[in-house]
Amino acid sequence: MHVLPYLVAAYLFLTGCYGLATSRNLIHAVGCLAVCQSATYVLLLAVGYRDGGTAPVFSDIRPGSRPVVDPVVQALTLTDIVVGATVTALLLALVLQIAKRHGTVDPDELRELRG
Amino acid sequence: MNRLRLWLLAVGGAGLAVLLVAACLDLPDFGGDRHPYGDRAVHASLLRHTANTVASVNFDQRAYDTLGEMSILFAAVLGCVVLLRQARDEHRAPPEPAEVARPVRRYALLVLPVALVTGLYVIAHGQLSPGGGFQGGVVAATALHLLYLGADYGALERVRPLGLYETTDALAVSAYLVLGLAPVLAGTAFLANTLLPYGTFDTLSSGGTVPLLNAAIGMEVASAAVVLLAHFLDQAVEIEEEHGS
Amino acid sequence: MRHLLPLPVALPLLGAALLVATGRRLPRIAVEIAGFVVSGGTAALTLVLLLDSAPTMTEWVGAWPPAGRESVGILVVGDGPALGMATLASLLTLAALAYSWRYFDAPPHGHTGAFTALMLVFQGAMCGFALAGDLFNAFVFFELMSVVAYALTGYRIDEAKAVQGALTFGIVNSLGAYALLLGIALLYARTGELAMARIGHGLDATGPGGPDALVLASFVLVLTGLLVKAAAVPFHFWLPDAHAVAPTPVCMLLSGVMVELGAYGVWRVYGTVFAGPGGIPAADLTRALVALGALTAVTGAVMCWYQRHIKRLLAYSTVAHTGLFLVGLGVLTPEADGGVALYLLGHAGVKAALFACAGALLDRFGSVDEHSLHGRGRPLRATGVMCAVGALGLAGLPPFGTALGKAVTEEAVGGPLTVVYVAASAITAGAVLRVTARVFLGLGPRPRDAEYETSGSDEEPETTGLLSRIPDTMTTVPAVLLAAALAVGVVPGFGTLVARSVARAGPGGAHAAAHWTAHGVLLGVASAVLAVALAGLAVIRPDWTSAPGWAAPLRRLQSGHVGDYVAWLLVGTTVLGALALPGVLGS
Repeated sequence: MHVLPYLVAAYLFLTGCYGLATSRNLIHAVGCLAVCQSATYVLLLAVGYRDGGTAPVFSDIRPGSRPVVDPVVQALTLTDIVVGATVTALLLALVLQIAKRHGTVDPDELRELRG
Repeated sequence: MNRLRLWLLAVGGAGLAVLLVAACLDLPDFGGDRHPYGDRAVHASLLRHTANTVASVNFDQRAYDTLGEMSILFAAVLGCVVLLRQARDEHRAPPEPAEVARPVRRYALLVLPVALVTGLYVIAHGQLSPGGGFQGGVVAATALHLLYLGADYGALERVRPLGLYETTDALAVSAYLVLGLAPVLAGTAFLANTLLPYGTFDTLSSGGTVPLLNAAIGMEVASAAVVLLAHFLDQAVEIEEEHGS
Repeated sequence: MRHLLPLPVALPLLGAALLVATGRRLPRIAVEIAGFVVSGGTAALTLVLLLDSAPTMTEWVGAWPPAGRESVGILVVGDGPALGMATLASLLTLAALAYSWRYFDAPPHGHTGAFTALMLVFQGAMCGFALAGDLFNAFVFFELMSVVAYALTGYRIDEAKAVQGALTFGIVNSLGAYALLLGIALLYARTGELAMARIGHGLDATGPGGPDALVLASFVLVLTGLLVKAAAVPFHFWLPDAHAVAPTPVCMLLSGVMVELGAYGVWRVYGTVFAGPGGIPAADLTRALVALGALTAVTGAVMCWYQRHIKRLLAYSTVAHTGLFLVGLGVLTPEADGGVALYLLGHAGVKAALFACAGALLDRFGSVDEHSLHGRGRPLRATGVMCAVGALGLAGLPPFGTALGKAVTEEAVGGPLTVVYVAASAITAGAVLRVTARVFLGLGPRPRDAEYETSGSDEEPETTGLLSRIPDTMTTVPAVLLAAALAVGVVPGFGTLVARSVARAGPGGAHAAAHWTAHGVLLGVASAVLAVALAGLAVIRPDWTSAPGWAAPLRRLQSGHVGDYVAWLLVGTTVLGALALPGVLGS
């Protein structure tokens, strides 16, 4: 099966979405969002993999002696991870304030904005 | 659970699942050999004497992306400072000294310097070996927080003058930008890695501006992580709601 | 000159970083002047670059000129629309900073520069997204824009509504951004490139006989991300929740330019990546955008009419207008693109001015509720007049820029869709006129409260305490913005200039012009008359125009529950896929 890693990414994204939509706790929801994002890591890294490839770092291997995996997707994934970490931090800060102002972190009980 | 939401979720999820699976089946086989951009990136990295291709992509070829990435971190820190500030109906209570189990204290204080040096090492060798400013910065920032585990919050606060870290964070961002703007003043492109010699392959000074940008990022990430954690810890340890309000 | 192209991104970021580094030691006035200078300097730079944008400037950041046709660097594109959006974002940031001048609530202790710095980062991010010629780079600035916007939306942490709205905004937009990134990863897997134009070439070269499921999926995922930002139905639910609670200067930016950048992104990405033979056929894009756009315009207009929370009402009017923009972009003609550009410029001025007026009410009375403010706005004569003028601008009364843009777009779109344009602009403008008549003139009886709605009373003002009089900056800024919106339509040759520069950047580089026509003027006047009539009816006979039974389910969909919004987002991707499917099956 040569597409299994891609299917894992799709599965992760959909699972995260399911968790987000049915979440009863906003901290859990932010976690689910991180699951959705991990789908992007898996997909990017899977796309850049090369059979038998090693890390694209040439401090201890001679250039050209071995196949290396795609360095671009690794850089993109690093960017993605930083984005994910910061967004998570920011959203958790908001959840913290929601807990203080609304006295709950259950999205079913937030009734301020509607209609 | 809301019935409508479950129906929407079922329909939307099924549709997206079909779409994603169909797309996966059309993707090139896993582990394939065709990576044109990747091959060019490796070539360009070797041309500029940067042993770690990922560092070359991050700090030379696509340094502009890293600028955005760094700004996201900077903005998130600023955002957390704003969002986790002391609200009008809150006050600060000094943290109480905490008892720490002796083995935990011993372990934490033993590992702290090791972790700190590891972090700095990973930053410094960013263009040579796996790692770099982002990874090393996080390790170094985490090291400081071993003090919270090993001693107490008061001890952490003494080695963590927040104002200094916030200023360092901002100055590191400015340094990255100034390094990017210098080539423009010299009449070439923003963030061009053409002003400094590329050095000897596989040494600390190789890669032109790559080590400098890498160091700026390391500084930024380390201080940003400290500030970020500090504001969350403040909420947990110091900030209390006014009683009776 | 082209080396200066990334500077509209770098300068505000540098300014923000220096402000944060020195902010704690500076008095507030110095921080605000510094923010003003940096933002204004950047605006001037984008303007200079804009004037020099024919022929299109491109720059490989990092000095990686392409060897052959391939490069490892990042492409920045400075054509008319890109630099136009960057200029618009910069000028609006400048206006927002002027509006918040001195009176905005005291920044957090020890972080005097925090608000100004966040605004500057926001400016840099919007410029970066507008100028991006590389898909991943666009994603990075898309995220930067979002992160700053979440923080700014939740800025008033003492408000329960503000933090809830900001979290909803954060979760839905982040999910959209991850969908966008999945789409980028799929495109990278197929083509091995990240520069938009190169991806487009790659799709054309590798698509053996037209698009397949992979192209369709990447199209749907990328568009999902952009349409979440553009708040198209059914991705729009976050927008009213976020825009109603954000501080007023931030609302001016969110509604005036950030949402529109989503629509701009759709135009840019479709035109550069998916327009070729290996991409998505034009008929499919038209079907998807026109269907979703018309639905967005109608939903936004209906929901707008039934709001009593004034900022929420304005937010829905933004939804309605982005729907109109998407319809215009969807027909894929250079005339419509030019019309949308003009419409967007006029709308930015009018909408920002209206938000500024709502902010004045909030800071004076601690309320943005149409019912509780009934008649209390009488002393604020200047604000009331500007509200009325802004409403007429929203309706597209000639000679506002909105009217010119709408007329050109209507003509290009043609057919029954003209009705959507007239109706959506008349209803949203009617709602604003109704608010003006009730709040500033105290006309008609006080309306009854509905059951399922968001009230705007008991809000904290954004200033330190309620204002006893409206400061001059808070009246000057909306006046200038309205004058700018008027100038877009009045200054001779400006319309044609914009239309030509947009057409030049589009596919085919066609020639286009934008003139007032009798037909367009008539439709504009008709919209304005209709708006006045609707408002008059609502004020005199509130029972006739109160929410009928059929509107209740529509209002219940806006539940404030983030889980519902995520479910709708998934439905939206499915609908997009279904709308674009025929072209893939047919090839």
